[in-house]
Amino acid sequence: MIKLFPRYLMSFILLVFLQVFILNNIQFSGYINPYIYILFIIALPFETPKWALLILAFILGLTIDLFSSTIGMHCSATVFIAFMRPYILKVISPRDGYESETLPQLKYYGVNWFIKYSTVLIFAHHFVLFYIEVFRFSNFFTTFVRVVLSSIFTIILVLISQYFYGKEVRR
Amino acid sequence: MRSLLNFLLRIHFLLLFILLEIFSFSLLVNKNNFHKAKVVNFSRQFAGNFYTKTAKLKQYLSLTEENQRLTEENNRLLNIIESTYKSDEIFFRSVNDTILNQRYRYTSARIINNSINKKYNFLTLSKGSEQGIAPEMAVVSEGDIVGVVKGVSNNYSTVISLLNLDLKISSKIKKNGYYGSLSWNGKGYKSAILSEIPLHADIQVGDTVMTSGFSSIFPEGILIGYISNFKEKGGSFYEIKVNLSTDFKSLDNVSVVGNLIQNEKLELEKETEKND
Repeated sequence: MIKLFPRYLMSFILLVFLQVFILNNIQFSGYINPYIYILFIIALPFETPKWALLILAFILGLTIDLFSSTIGMHCSATVFIAFMRPYILKVISPRDGYESETLPQLKYYGVNWFIKYSTVLIFAHHFVLFYIEVFRFSNFFTTFVRVVLSSIFTIILVLISQYFYGKEVRR
Repeated sequence: MRSLLNFLLRIHFLLLFILLEIFSFSLLVNKNNFHKAKVVNFSRQFAGNFYTKTAKLKQYLSLTEENQRLTEENNRLLNIIESTYKSDEIFFRSVNDTILNQRYRYTSARIINNSINKKYNFLTLSKGSEQGIAPEMAVVSEGDIVGVVKGVSNNYSTVISLLNLDLKISSKIKKNGYYGSLSWNGKGYKSAILSEIPLHADIQVGDTVMTSGFSSIFPEGILIGYISNFKEKGGSFYEIKVNLSTDFKSLDNVSVVGNLIQNEKLELEKETEKND
């Protein structure tokens, strides 16, 4: 656990940087806003205590909020998926459980498992985030289209990032 | 005690989640104007609905007095109309076309919430933007002053009561036209303070105070009250205590006064100031 700490700190900073300075400035026709920073929550080790999960998610959300001046919006969405994560992991766990010394990454449990896992979390996050942003349920479908499109885009980005991870660790 | 602790320990994940979410949402609502406005609007609409119900009930209870008042009003009006006068010897009369030069439009509304015991009192009316109410309109009750519309939602509006330390009204003394500014002093719902009347003005206890018509909100001549006493203050001005003619405790139906040419006046004044 301890030896993973610097690596996660680095990825935290990197992801926030990526999100705030690059992805937040990308908007395809106002419909697609990818939020790759939640990769941090997705990739936390299996053994992370549940409370730490929530706290870390809150800090992550707040950091993004502070940079994009939307205090409270990202926090509530990230805390929500941090709350969901243990249950999702339980539901989609392989037959003989998760092995120690592994991380929730593509190279340990395969493409199928990873896509299932990240899709649920990313979709949940985007769903909460976009509906909090508009703060109403009228125009439900316009928002829903935004949620779906942005989720797809984020999932693609997350998958690409997984291949980067793989190469680096193997070395 | 121990079992309680155990219980809390067991559900710490859920508890922490709920706590963090509540915290995030309070941040969200307090720091973002859009979300704040949404919540305030919702609660205004919600509370408004609730107040309508209670106001309906209250109105039902006061039907007798209301009827009495209506009958009196009817009698008064019947006495005024033409047919009760003899109409001999009048062959020519001037026609006063009220529509052509209409300046103020009156809309009646019902008060569904009212407070008089705070320092900043507000009223809630049962009509809103859909019925043509807009902020900055004047509110009067049978010719007596009540307040100024502050915010409107679709079907409700909030009114700054005269009994609000923030409200200042340009007013004048009826008999000689000296004008000053009237505001509430926060002491009791029956009186207010008129200031900025110079010492050389001739005033007496019992003089009528009414709106001046200088502000673009109130029409001229809305009754405010009667002077109850006055004293010198600051060397060159009177401080005048005015007994309000409006009984804020028994308000029920009011009229909202829209100034149809308010913008024209404001724009002209603005332009003049700019040219200076």
